[in-house]
Amino acid sequence: MSEHHKENFITKYVFTQDHKMIAKQFLITGMFMAVVGMLMSAIFRVQLANPGESSILYNLLPGAWLNDSGGLNPDKYLALVTMHGTILVFWVLTAGLSGTFANFLIPLQIGARDMASGFLNMLSYWFFFIATVVLLSSLFVETGPASGGWTIYPPLSALPQAIPGSGTGMTLWLISITLFVVGSLLGGLNYIVTILNLRTIGMTMQRLPLTVWALLITAILGVLSFPVLLSCGLLLIFDRSFGTSFYLSDIIIGGEALHNEGGSPILFEHLFWFLGHPEVYIILLPALGIVSEVIAVNSRKPIFGYKAMVGALLLIAFLSFIVWGHHMFMTGMNPFLGSVFTFTTLLIAIPSAVKVFNYLATLWRGNIRFTPAMLFAIGTVSAFITGGLTGIILGDSALDINVHDTYFVVGHFHIVMGLSAIYGMFAGVYHWFPKMYGRMMNKNLGYLHFWGTFICAYGVFFPMHFLGLAGLPRRYYSNSAFPMFDGLSDINELITFFALAGAIFQVFFLFNFFYSIFKGTKATQNPWKSNTLEWTTPVERIHGNWPGELPVVTRWAYDYSKPGADEDFILQTEPLKEGEIEH
Amino acid sequence: MTNILIVVVVILLVATLVQILRVSELLSEIKNKDVNEVTDKDNNTQGILFLIVGFGFLIFVVWQMVTWNHLLLPPASSVHGTQIDFLMKISMGLILVVFFVLSPILFYFLYKYRGKKSNKAYFFSHNNKLEVLWTVIPTIILTALIIFGLKTWDKAMNVELTESTTIIEVYGQQFNWTARYSGLDNNLGKANFKLVKGRNTLGVDMLDANAADDKMAREVHLVIDQPVLLKFRSQDVIHSAFLPHFRVQMNCVPGMTTQFGFTPTKTTAQMKESEGEDFEYILLCNKICGASHYNMQLKFIVETQEEYDLWLASQENLETKLLTQK
Ligand code: HEM
Ligand SMILES: [Cu+2]
Ligand SMILES: [Cu+2]
Repeated sequence: MSEHHKENFITKYVFTQDHKMIAKQFLITGMFMAVVGMLMSAIFRVQLANPGESSILYNLLPGAWLNDSGGLNPDKYLALVTMHGTILVFWVLTAGLSGTFANFLIPLQIGARDMASGFLNMLSYWFFFIATVVLLSSLFVETGPASGGWTIYPPLSALPQAIPGSGTGMTLWLISITLFVVGSLLGGLNYIVTILNLRTIGMTMQRLPLTVWALLITAILGVLSFPVLLSCGLLLIFDRSFGTSFYLSDIIIGGEALHNEGGSPILFEHLFWFLGHPEVYIILLPALGIVSEVIAVNSRKPIFGYKAMVGALLLIAFLSFIVWGHHMFMTGMNPFLGSVFTFTTLLIAIPSAVKVFNYLATLWRGNIRFTPAMLFAIGTVSAFITGGLTGIILGDSALDINVHDTYFVVGHFHIVMGLSAIYGMFAGVYHWFPKMYGRMMNKNLGYLHFWGTFICAYGVFFPMHFLGLAGLPRRYYSNSAFPMFDGLSDINELITFFALAGAIFQVFFLFNFFYSIFKGTKATQNPWKSNTLEWTTPVERIHGNWPGELPVVTRWAYDYSKPGADEDFILQTEPLKEGEIEH
Repeated sequence: MTNILIVVVVILLVATLVQILRVSELLSEIKNKDVNEVTDKDNNTQGILFLIVGFGFLIFVVWQMVTWNHLLLPPASSVHGTQIDFLMKISMGLILVVFFVLSPILFYFLYKYRGKKSNKAYFFSHNNKLEVLWTVIPTIILTALIIFGLKTWDKAMNVELTESTTIIEVYGQQFNWTARYSGLDNNLGKANFKLVKGRNTLGVDMLDANAADDKMAREVHLVIDQPVLLKFRSQDVIHSAFLPHFRVQMNCVPGMTTQFGFTPTKTTAQMKESEGEDFEYILLCNKICGASHYNMQLKFIVETQEEYDLWLASQENLETKLLTQK
């Protein structure tokens, strides 16, 4: 117990430098934000099913957001959509997902006592925390929070006259994101340095679990792209507050001609999507890493094509930097440039397909054990198939002409990014909960949570493709202004029904989570019979992870059901037998 | 009152759940079993559930395709739109085939290989032939799609201006659209945002000779089978002009002019016959632009040359409108 420092409440739970505790801080904050974001979506779904009517859910909103008859104001509908997107994309699926699992798994799975810099790691969380406070506070300013969409395109986001949310609310949004980016950069650098330098003896790059590979590549993507978002946001701050014209030109708003000339909103879009597209992979890759691990463990088989999986991750990461233009086909960009982006975009489907095939091959002839984590991991694969395929439509610029910014896009990215990543996150929580809290989550509640979520989520997002193909634009407060959309109200009601039902199933998860922290059955050291190093640490949390020497690694992470072994798993620390070849 | 009631109900529900969990855990403790251990029976149930729910999902997808088919946009009413529709059919068909092959494989594997304590998985860590196979096949298919897609894109975007191409400006602002016809000379007069004033809502430069015969309109009339080039400007924030029936979309960006050319192939009257009396061609805004983004429309009417000529003649020249009536 030499590494077990004296800890008091503050250093143990608040300003902790222990990566495991920081991971839990990210997780709990992320979960809290997920609840906030989900409630927002429940509210705007109710509006879409019953446009203009009041609802009991609106009691959750500040009174000023409602009109006299209790209906939601149109600009506050947009505020809700904007904050929902911001929260889910950045707070839940970036910080909540990467922050939790990078912090938790990297040291444990590579055999390190902690992150390279515990202090920076702590700072990273507290930047994130302050960013959270600022973002939430923007909900309470008089003119409302940012309302220009999570993509905050100027001039809409630059001019308070254009929409009330672009006043103080937008300023807070920008401050919050700036803090957020600083936090992610501190975290990301730390993850990279830790993985490259602190691997234990024998943990070569070829023996890293795929979770760590995915987290490494994610961190690299983040470090390369978040600074661009930062500068993109800074220029917007200048335009908003200091009279510059980076993004503004030839504008008359509120009857007044602005002095700005020569700027271009398209420049903003380029900068934004240069981060924005890698960002979607920053969200997805950790989930895929978790899923690779969970599927291998519970199929009791090695992940199929380890090298191809790593290669596919690298290729996806590389390509994700040269496809951002597919979000901008309709901005009037040179058609030739559009062609180039179509080309690179459709190439991404190749490594994506390889990953899917490898998952299927891993399941083939497995001895599948359906833990709740496994169910969610499978959910990710299913969602990745369903949602990845519609990317092939959107990536084709010619087809994008008519589906761009419609509900088809909303369906696409919620399935391929939203569902894949959130399922991956659930899989990770169910799988590593015993390691985090020393107790088990309840299995049957986990099953209930999965099936409810799986069914409702497809019920919400699949029908959206049809709305899009019917021509329905996204971010509409109501669809009743156009007779051509009258026929779609049934679909909208169905979606809202599933959305509300799906939200209810999340209660089972929250309940299970908090109940199990305190009352769950005690976990054993290696409850899933996994190979990876985290399961060689003691059940109780200790600072420094291993009580004695660091473990020495002698094989890869995937020797499941290896012929000649007594058990169907072999810890990574188990030396190779005489004459045994490494997979 | 209702709020308190809801809180009470929630608390009761949570308390019940806690008790149920407690009881189940105590029961299994008595039986000396671990509640959270995944048993063969669990594997069996979950495997079967995947088969049932998985295929249920696929049936749900087919049901949607059948039930909601009539809600989808009618076939394109433009020349390039017809090509886009064809490409869409091919691409959709392709991804549907892949979807209906891969998803069942996934669900079937889960059922087929549901675990048993007594079984052992097959150690199969890699196979380069397979990897090559399933890299090469998608590559070939995607290459074909890319080539086909780029051809269609090229045809849609690179319009050639001919004598007969009518040039019309579409101007977006919070929250409406205005159209400007280029008049007999088929040349739009210059415009500048600084000139927006009073009736001159588009900021047209009346000193420009091309401007005199321009015409402003609150709806857009087009002639069937005649190419038209739409030029887009915006007054304030980004809007997007979306004409779903023609497969046309282009952002309207303050500070620059964008354009999209196309040739309508069906008159409004023809569409009313096939789609119902209420049918109208509509331009909608498809880029979030403010509170009334959801209600920003411009009617398009496609008609015969004679009808069009009549309508156009009834529209005032800008010169008359701006200079004489002031
Ligand atoms: C097969 C691979 C994929 C292709 C070809 C593809 C293509 C596209 C394209 C072209 C768009 C823009 C559509 C539009 O706005 O008109 C888009 C939107 C989007 N995609 Fe994908 N995608 C793929 C996979 C993914 C993945 C894996 C993720 C995330 C994990 C993702 C997340 C998103 C998001 C978030 C948006 C919408 C952003 C917004 O406008 O708010 N996509 N995708
Ligand atoms: Cu993208
Ligand atoms: Cu709009």
